[in-house]
Amino acid sequence: MSGRQRVRAWIAAPVLGLFAALLGWGFSGAPAFGAFHGAYGELLNRIAVPQRHSTNVVTAIVFDYRGFDTMGEEFILFASVVGVVLLLREMREPAGDQDDPVTSDAIRLFGLVMMSVVVVAGLWVAAFGLVTPGGGFQGGVAIAGGIVLVFLAAGYRPWTRFGSQHLLDPLEGGGAAAYVALGLAALIAGAPFLHNLLGLGVTGTLKSGGSMTLLNWAVALEVAAANLVLYTEFLESYLVPHLSRR
Amino acid sequence: MVALCLDPLRQIFLSGVYGLLLVLLFVILQAPDVALSMLVVSTVAYPLIVLIAISRTRRERGKE
Repeated sequence: MSGRQRVRAWIAAPVLGLFAALLGWGFSGAPAFGAFHGAYGELLNRIAVPQRHSTNVVTAIVFDYRGFDTMGEEFILFASVVGVVLLLREMREPAGDQDDPVTSDAIRLFGLVMMSVVVVAGLWVAAFGLVTPGGGFQGGVAIAGGIVLVFLAAGYRPWTRFGSQHLLDPLEGGGAAAYVALGLAALIAGAPFLHNLLGLGVTGTLKSGGSMTLLNWAVALEVAAANLVLYTEFLESYLVPHLSRR
Repeated sequence: MVALCLDPLRQIFLSGVYGLLLVLLFVILQAPDVALSMLVVSTVAYPLIVLIAISRTRRERGKE
């Protein structure tokens, strides 16, 4: 340790000690581990299944009781992705005929198998969002992660078929618009915004939850497309200009 | 630990491990929905973005 570092350590030590003491004092007043005092949660736990026919109470809260908040969250994602696109797409030169083929058969095969497994798992998590833990957000990110494996396992050429802005931009906007459209449909029908209009279906099946099912798929579409747009922009801006020209 | 490790590639693996620990904590605390969200974000979305950025900086360093 040089002299300068020693001086820095001496200055930092009392400040860090102070923060550690503050943290310890704060934790000493915290409730016991696992203790929960929220009356709202207990209430929803009791009424959500009979009221909304969804066995996953979290999804019932996210898409119904707190559906308006979720719309805000969806548009946070939408706006941030639009920001990334505005920043990166403007500065970029159009990609030429670069390619970066993967030559190993083992990687190609493994990537293909993993891609189908991950995409099916993502669809499954999204589809069963109203029955078991999961939902559109988690499923959407998994689907996007599965599709981006095409780039990792097969190279840039096959990837451009999925990572095209002409395909992804409308899908992303469409997912966000579908959520708002479902909310407005309730308004037109004379009910409050995002009111659960459709029949609630049989508890514990894929068709349970009424409008929540459609909202769930709208979010899955929006999240999957938003993630893919994000990956595409990063790949096109940072990797593709450095690939070897053919 | 993530801050102490200087190689960006190791940092991203370490932060992935921390994400996984958080997932386990959520599962133990009976919050499977949050655990799934954390799982997909901390092991798929976040490392991918950072890995792309790292590969770019490595290429540029290789040129020099």
